[in-house]
Amino acid sequence: MLDDTAIEEARRQAQICNACRYCEGYCSVFPALHAQRVMADGDIVQLANLCHNCQNCFDACQYTAPHEFDLNLPGILAEVRQESWEETAFPAALGRSFHRNGTLIAMAAVVAMAALFALLRALPGGGEGFYAMLSHGAMVAIFLPAFVFPLVALGVGLKRYWSRVGGERIRLGHLRAAFASAAQMRNLAGGHGKGCNFEDGDRFSQGRRVMHQLVMYGFLLCFAATTAGTILHYVFDMPAPYALFSLPKLLGLSGGILLCIGTLGMMRLKLRSRPDLQFPPVRRGEFGFILLLFIVSASGLALYAGGGTTALGALLALHLGAVLAFFLLTPYSKMAHGFYRFAALVRDAQRR
Amino acid sequence: MPEKQDRYDVVVVGGGNAALCAAMTAAETGAKVLILEAAPEPYRGGNSRHTRNFRCMHEGPLSVLIDRYGEDEYFDDLIKVTGGRTDEALARMVIRETEACLPWMQDHGVHFQPSLSGTLSLARTNAFFMGGGKALVNAYYRTAEALGVDVLYDAPVTHLAVADGRVNRVEYIHGGQQHNLAPKAVVVASGGFQADIDWLAEAWGPPARNFLIRGTPYNRGTVLRDLIDQGADTVGDPTQCHAVAIDGRAPKYDGGIVTRLDCVPFSIVVNRDGDRFHDEGEDVWPKRYAIWGRLVAAQPDQVGYVIIDSKSLPLFMPSVYPPIEAGSLAELARKMGLPAGKLQTTVAAFNAACGDTVGFQPTELDGVATNGLTPPKSNWARPIDTPPYYGYSLRTGVTFTYLGLRVDERAQCSDAAGPISNLWAAGETMAGSILGQGYLAGFGMAIGTVFGRIAGREAANHVG
Repeated sequence: MLDDTAIEEARRQAQICNACRYCEGYCSVFPALHAQRVMADGDIVQLANLCHNCQNCFDACQYTAPHEFDLNLPGILAEVRQESWEETAFPAALGRSFHRNGTLIAMAAVVAMAALFALLRALPGGGEGFYAMLSHGAMVAIFLPAFVFPLVALGVGLKRYWSRVGGERIRLGHLRAAFASAAQMRNLAGGHGKGCNFEDGDRFSQGRRVMHQLVMYGFLLCFAATTAGTILHYVFDMPAPYALFSLPKLLGLSGGILLCIGTLGMMRLKLRSRPDLQFPPVRRGEFGFILLLFIVSASGLALYAGGGTTALGALLALHLGAVLAFFLLTPYSKMAHGFYRFAALVRDAQRR
Repeated sequence: MPEKQDRYDVVVVGGGNAALCAAMTAAETGAKVLILEAAPEPYRGGNSRHTRNFRCMHEGPLSVLIDRYGEDEYFDDLIKVTGGRTDEALARMVIRETEACLPWMQDHGVHFQPSLSGTLSLARTNAFFMGGGKALVNAYYRTAEALGVDVLYDAPVTHLAVADGRVNRVEYIHGGQQHNLAPKAVVVASGGFQADIDWLAEAWGPPARNFLIRGTPYNRGTVLRDLIDQGADTVGDPTQCHAVAIDGRAPKYDGGIVTRLDCVPFSIVVNRDGDRFHDEGEDVWPKRYAIWGRLVAAQPDQVGYVIIDSKSLPLFMPSVYPPIEAGSLAELARKMGLPAGKLQTTVAAFNAACGDTVGFQPTELDGVATNGLTPPKSNWARPIDTPPYYGYSLRTGVTFTYLGLRVDERAQCSDAAGPISNLWAAGETMAGSILGQGYLAGFGMAIGTVFGRIAGREAANHVG
């Protein structure tokens, strides 16, 4: 069990916010905050996961340091948010290790890549293209558990989160509202549509919103590519490799390009951002995660470009290793935020 | 030190809303402008940091403002609070100008939002700044800097040398050294003097030392006094300030909006000795808000104590500090340093005087009054009998002072010999010309914006 110091501090700050209310128009956090006079721990955790760290409220705040009230709502909510992920992660020990340790993420990726190398050497191929290196059966044997286990772990985590914030029965309308908010990343629009204060002090910019959506949609496209391939394989008996003008290729290529641009953009913005408005202990872990996601997308594209060359084996190990590490780390890395955020948006839709 | 003497056409003294409006307006005509802000950068913006809205005339829906708010209605609202202590021509000019100001503010980076929860009564009249006054100040600094305005922080002006009807020299301190400038035009927009406790004590006597200052500690009135000493024309009662009752635990300076307490109508208020001293239910709170600053100022040690019970806790906006809580009145008295026996007697007498409370209605004057009690409580009088009991201390919080520079409709300052040819004033430092007493929400920002723009325009014209 984590200590509640951060929640206590967040409650102190939120009570000041509730007496001020100037930031009401920026995002979903403030209307939710203003709805309650007394904030239970679960309420604070929900606010923390609703906060998208746009930082607009920080620059607008009349009570930031050196003022004695010393408000830094984005910072303290980032800390509570982080702790809520680690606390609800299954198993919790893994959450704490990877979030706070970029090196560990890198090591996991290297180990996964090396393992793939070894497997590629040890296991027989069976088919065309990269199946010549590693048979479809072997791939499924590796990746099915690597896909299912994180999903189960995330499910456990989200269930814990849901009971922590007092979530109710979910209806279609709640999901629709949450999807609409995430699809447009409304909470990074700044309330006025001019974006957030992130990479350049109090200047509003769409940079982070745009880059985040490139990553999100890029990832979803890549995921859709894999799904399309799976369907083609099992339903239509059309195994890989696929031509350029095929669903898996078109989705995968466009997704990979968006992911590459988005992850590089996110790293660039994050380098310019103010660490104290986030949670500094996970900064390296966050960079590590974005880098891993970049390697996943870049190695995927490289695999496509260099598929016919002698580098195929190396590229395949690199890509599949990165994907494996990415999947396995999902519940214990920044990737988890998407799921918790979504849960928070659903919960917020219930409040409205 | 004659360095930089010729670099600036216009020097703006102060760094809040009015100063920034003046600086941007002057810079847009091509003038080279310098802002001298006394505060360090994190505290830039004076009391504008703490503001939240702009009262705006509008003939039809405008931005976030609904419906219509005409000149006459606006003026009537003003006259109600100032009790007639208003220069009608200047006031009406400000009111008329506000309508054009709002789009101008948006063009200069301000974002508006619908009125905040708990302020629905202002949805038609006041446009709220998204993020509040500091967000407005930030946007204006960005815009001003993009227009080529230079800004010096930690640069208090100490003296404007007036001779032969013009300002010949601006003296300020920066980096531990005194500097002099001789700009062609000067705009004073450096607020009132409420942060100078000694000056307040001159006007109010020793009790003023127990007052809290709700806004910036940098509004010390240095330039105001300097100009008064040189014979500049003034306006406004030097012994008056706008004061409200705020949470007694608030910081000495800069507590801002979160220190306000809205619970008085649902309470009884006693002084240090445990005695009630005024009708807590006289009128709806926004109208009584300012009265209680004076009432508390007149009590021993300039402090009051609000007593409520658990029935009333959800009826008002939360404030920055949680109330003091106790299971009994005696315990509450002990925690608040009040005489326990006396408090119990006062509450018992009040409770005995409460009549039928069926008609209790927290949002309107409900006529639920005490019988035969002195002073009476004429509305919302319910017995205080449901533990836990809660208490807040109240102190006088000074918002702004009324004494200021007299200006004409072109924002120009004057002395006995006539206009001072290159000196204009805007904002709180001249608001006494229009707001002789009382306060109307969002009108300070209206005066600051309108007169800031006028002062900037006139100063730039003078520079030519």
